[in-house]
Amino acid sequence: MIEVNSLTKRFGHKVAVDNLSFSVKKGEVLGFLGPNGAGKSTTMRMVTGFLPVTEGSIEIGGVSMIAKPMAAKKKIGYLPESAPLYNDMTVKGFLKFCASMRGLGGSSRKDAVEKAIETCFLQSVAHQSIETLSKGYRHRTCLAQSLLHDPEVLVLDEPTDGLDPNQKREVRKLIRNLGKEKAILFSTHILEEVHEVCTRAVIVDQGTIVADGTPEELTKQGGGSLYDLFHKVTTSEITAA
Amino acid sequence: MNTWTIFKRELSSYFSQPTAYAIIVIFSLLSIGLTFTFGRFWDYQDASLNGSFFWWHPLILMILAPAVSMRLWSDEHRSGTIELLGTLPVTMRSAILGKFFAAALVWLLALVLTFPVVNTVNWLGAPDNWAIFSGYLGSFLVCCTFLAITSLVSAFTRDQVVALIVSVSLCFLLTICGIDPVINELRRSWTKESVDLLASVGVYSHFQEATRGLIRFTSLIYFLGLITVCLIGTNLVLKSQRA
Repeated sequence: MIEVNSLTKRFGHKVAVDNLSFSVKKGEVLGFLGPNGAGKSTTMRMVTGFLPVTEGSIEIGGVSMIAKPMAAKKKIGYLPESAPLYNDMTVKGFLKFCASMRGLGGSSRKDAVEKAIETCFLQSVAHQSIETLSKGYRHRTCLAQSLLHDPEVLVLDEPTDGLDPNQKREVRKLIRNLGKEKAILFSTHILEEVHEVCTRAVIVDQGTIVADGTPEELTKQGGGSLYDLFHKVTTSEITAA
Repeated sequence: MNTWTIFKRELSSYFSQPTAYAIIVIFSLLSIGLTFTFGRFWDYQDASLNGSFFWWHPLILMILAPAVSMRLWSDEHRSGTIELLGTLPVTMRSAILGKFFAAALVWLLALVLTFPVVNTVNWLGAPDNWAIFSGYLGSFLVCCTFLAITSLVSAFTRDQVVALIVSVSLCFLLTICGIDPVINELRRSWTKESVDLLASVGVYSHFQEATRGLIRFTSLIYFLGLITVCLIGTNLVLKSQRA
């Protein structure tokens, strides 16, 4: 579903993503781990078509994001890191707008909005102005817009960031369930989430993949601790310096 | 299709907040108020809106039009919704047009709501209503030009105040370089060709012809060309920021 080959992104002389390759199949939840500034969000922004790539290829469900961005974007649902929303709209109004942008209309739009509200537990705030929402509800509203068109691929940039423990649990459960039918790429700083949600994980550091495997394989590589592996593969440069 | 969806969202955003109402009321009060005070409408003894009413429009619009559109792109940058918009199946061109048309419609409404002035001249005498219509068309074109300039400026920054200040400055320059007192002053020291060239760059020479009922093809090209260049520029700036 997601095929990324030799992906590179340079901002001037700075290499943010360096020759990165990975794939996510249907029914897979790929955890994207790495320290701040590792290139996770930049990679996700390229996969979703927001940032143009410097080199490499991206295919979403067999459609090239570079050659046919409009067709490829239709197959993706995306939750950006900061969960951006239009503050002057209500939750329902915003979801209706996103559904229309996704080409849904009439009763299919109404059904999609109702389903997304229900899936993300937004019933109590559906008619509330987004400006007045708490961070947890804002995050869930943005997650809801990514589900509206029932996409084959979901790209979620830190979907549990800023949520309370109960909300975190609900969102993890939701991702696990959605992962049975879709290909999901999601980034996180919370290593426990890898065991709870992911079928596979990669650790990214300085724009390259430094570890790849199932949660069990990665834990084994770290001598029984994913934290130790993460520490070992992402701090080598700091130690060397 | 997506241009229409963005157009509707933007329009409802203007009217769900005080922005559109404030702009419409302030523009109506200023344009009508100036007509009957500093515009010396009663002194002209002429059923025309040329000097008393339309003359003020570029001066008012150079401040109020940027106030409407300063948020067009700076707000998208500041709130991060540009990322959402950039990953939806919509071209940036559609988004730019949707936003621009919504801002233009707010201004069309503001211009239409100055109709009491037109009623007044028609009640007092027999004005040339074609000249009045063409004056309104000229005002609308000036307004759209200023909106397009602000759209371009707001694409550069996430700060609405910066977008407003820079846009007003640019619109001010385009306005004063064709205004009579400035042109008359420049004629004393500049050559005729230079002054004529400067005047043709400003909006006033094109606008004043429209208020007299004369819409030249060159004026249409001037306004539509400036609008197109600014909107294409907006697209290029938004694309380059992501590269």
